[in-house]
Amino acid sequence: MKRLRLDQRHVPLAATLVVCVLLYVLTGLQYPSFFSPLVLADLFSDNARLDIAALGSTFVILSGGIDLSVASVMALATMFMATAVERFHLHPAIAIVLTLFVGCGVGYLNGALIHFFDLPPFLVTLATLFLARGCCFLISMSPVAAESPFFQSFGEAGLHLGTITLHLGTIVFAGVAIVCIYAAHLTRFGRTVYAMGGNEQAARLMGLAVGKTKVLVYVFGGLAAALAGIMAMANIPSGDPLNYLGQELDVIAAVVIGGTVLTGGVGYLAGTVLGVLILGIMQDFITFGNRDAAWTQITTGLLLFVFVAMQTVLGRWKPGQRQKLWTRRTSTQSIGITS
Amino acid sequence: MRSESIKSPLLQLQKVRKIFPGVLALDDVDFSARRGEIHAIMGENGAGKSTLIKVLTGAYPRDGGRMMLDGAEIAPRSPQEAQRLGISTVYQEVNLIPSLSVAENIFLGRQPTRWGRIDWRQIRRRAQAALERLDLSIDVGRQLSSYSIAIQQMVAIARAIDISARLLILDEPTSSLDANEVQRLFAVMRKLRDEGMAIIFVSHFLDQIYAITDRITVLRNGRLIGEYPTSQLSRQDLIARMMGRELADLDVQLQQEESGQRDSHQSISMRDIIGRGIIPSPGTRGEGHGGGFLSTPNQSSAPSPALPRSTGGGSEMPSPILRARSLGRSGSIQPFDLEIGAGEVIGLAGLLGSGRSEMARLLFGIDVADSGDIEIGGRKRVFRQPRQAIALGLAFCPEDRKTSGIIPELSIRENIVLALQARGGLFKSLSRARQDEIASGYIKALGIATPSAEQSIGNLSGGNQQKAILARWLAADPRLLILDEPTRGIDVGAKAEIQKLVLSLCRQGTAIVFISSELEEVVRVSDRVLVLRDRALVGQLRGAAISEQAIMQTIAQERPAEVAR
Repeated sequence: MKRLRLDQRHVPLAATLVVCVLLYVLTGLQYPSFFSPLVLADLFSDNARLDIAALGSTFVILSGGIDLSVASVMALATMFMATAVERFHLHPAIAIVLTLFVGCGVGYLNGALIHFFDLPPFLVTLATLFLARGCCFLISMSPVAAESPFFQSFGEAGLHLGTITLHLGTIVFAGVAIVCIYAAHLTRFGRTVYAMGGNEQAARLMGLAVGKTKVLVYVFGGLAAALAGIMAMANIPSGDPLNYLGQELDVIAAVVIGGTVLTGGVGYLAGTVLGVLILGIMQDFITFGNRDAAWTQITTGLLLFVFVAMQTVLGRWKPGQRQKLWTRRTSTQSIGITS
Repeated sequence: MRSESIKSPLLQLQKVRKIFPGVLALDDVDFSARRGEIHAIMGENGAGKSTLIKVLTGAYPRDGGRMMLDGAEIAPRSPQEAQRLGISTVYQEVNLIPSLSVAENIFLGRQPTRWGRIDWRQIRRRAQAALERLDLSIDVGRQLSSYSIAIQQMVAIARAIDISARLLILDEPTSSLDANEVQRLFAVMRKLRDEGMAIIFVSHFLDQIYAITDRITVLRNGRLIGEYPTSQLSRQDLIARMMGRELADLDVQLQQEESGQRDSHQSISMRDIIGRGIIPSPGTRGEGHGGGFLSTPNQSSAPSPALPRSTGGGSEMPSPILRARSLGRSGSIQPFDLEIGAGEVIGLAGLLGSGRSEMARLLFGIDVADSGDIEIGGRKRVFRQPRQAIALGLAFCPEDRKTSGIIPELSIRENIVLALQARGGLFKSLSRARQDEIASGYIKALGIATPSAEQSIGNLSGGNQQKAILARWLAADPRLLILDEPTRGIDVGAKAEIQKLVLSLCRQGTAIVFISSELEEVVRVSDRVLVLRDRALVGQLRGAAISEQAIMQTIAQERPAEVAR
């Protein structure tokens, strides 16, 4: 009974893990310095921003939706915060809270339009993508630097463990990841997200709070995007209206490579973390070797192909006769039952 | 032994009424379900069966009457509320989440928690127990979609009875199950019944109704026809009540008619009308590439060839244009043999869900057969998609014109030339002048009431939409035309016109497969009637032998092999 068996649901996650470990080992063999814990710590802190946004997006995609506004909301968060601190001299802590509210607001707008007016998520979030980006330019056409001592300490903060430093970004990311994984697997909210992604109609009939959950999922997506923007301020304390152009696609790519099925219902938050790592390692591999940046995009594209193909094959694969406990269907079998 | 009389009613409906705009869907219907009883609700299309179920489950509010559960009046406003009251429903399509585990599906939305955390261990344990109550022992940790539909259905039942265990409604649960799976489900149903649960069972399969139910409620046209103990209602009586034909009445009617003459007076006079050329012929055969529409409608009044239809039934069989040999598809229809001759009208008769449409879908390649073959023009063909059937001169006018017939946004002209254009391929276009000619020709010929051919088809009445779809297939000049319920939901006048059209078509050599729930209509137009029951061809009637009574008798017959059991 306790045989190790790979459930269909776990195959994409397992594939992601294999790819991630392979990539890490290969890169390390090529550039031995890559194995140093310092580089590993940097790998996490460099990608914390993308990771946090992608975790939020994973919930959206698991629920059967999509959020294209992520990158714009991240940019808006940096702009909003930099301006609040620089021009309105707000205390950075207050600015952070307000920025998180802005993120939730955009997310609520997404969720409310999608739920109450039954609009397609792709179009609604495409609209907020433009709206949020437009607001960035409304705030300022040029980058706004936030020169507060707060941001300096923000960037230097972290946990020092011997030679390596766990940056604040990494710590926040780890916290977000734990909260997300807990919410996804151990709360009714999380299970409802999975259920509605699997079959929204059935989820409704089972009496699950589909509407409320849907709005919440987008609010969380917006919140995560805003938090990602704030964490980015730790590296470069400035807001730029042109920041993160097109990065919503990186986020979606990371989620898909992480094994979450784009149609929803199947996937793991941990997979998304691995997906972001895969993209990060690829990036490092290319910068370490001074290779053409074109290869990042090409490898990402190829990986996406492989994963989407794998998901499609798995989706069609119905483990057939083995599971039928008592049936064997033949074409001539009588369907009616006699009395 | 379970006795019939002493069971107290758990659920009682008194004079329940449901009105939809223009339709009285339930007309003061009484119904009761008793504890420890399996109760069938039977009825044909439009009987009010599904409306009644939806009122019971709270999906529809009722417009009048009382509904009492255990003596207390209830008015559920949603399936969830009904479920809280103790009324659970399991549908034909399993309404669970295929991508989640079996255990989770049983407890979704009501997961036990410990300090706010979902207690997965408890979920697994209790799910296992709930399934064991149904004598089902499977790995509850596995994904639901990895199990067969039958098991998924059991899981749905386990969920339903774990939530509340008073009244269980099974709405067509057996449609996609095979015989063994059905037996398995029945075993579960009997077990639950013996535990005192009230079960409402809806099925199209007569054999299953007689195998499992204790009581039958028959509805027709939104009215209660009666409630009978299953053991005291013969199949014939049941069918007669569902179809609204009293056999006794029929006998009288038959005596009044000439013996051996199956055509009613109506249909004879109808043929006279066609003979006089009032209905123009919709097309002549082999008039170049497509668009067999005649621009001179009075040509049809020219001396017509001998009627291919045989009134007496003794005429010679024309050479078959289509021959099917043990054609079948498991889960859809059992293998059948069929030969269709040119100019022949074949009626398919049977109760709802008996396999009429399934047969048509196989012939037309919508479903792919998994046994047998089709021969057209002396060659064996395998249809994998309708395009292949269309290319060989078959045409199919589907049952639900709203969803699979008309394209409401397009004009009448565009809807009519659709099939013709499709036959020409993607890159051959039909000139606008030709399109206009075809469309206006058919509008005139079939009497489609519209100001112009450019009117969007969605604005037409049901009967006129149906005629436009007929025109679509007539324009393609088919050798064999399959009409699935061509007269459903259209007014009497349009009905008669479509029947006339069928007869005039077959006079020109087009073979027709005519599917209808109205026996009278089938009897009137068919040269031959195939009778179906429980997804199998159970009999054939020809010529003089065709009558409503004979059809009903054939449906009611028990299959010899099964009687022997």
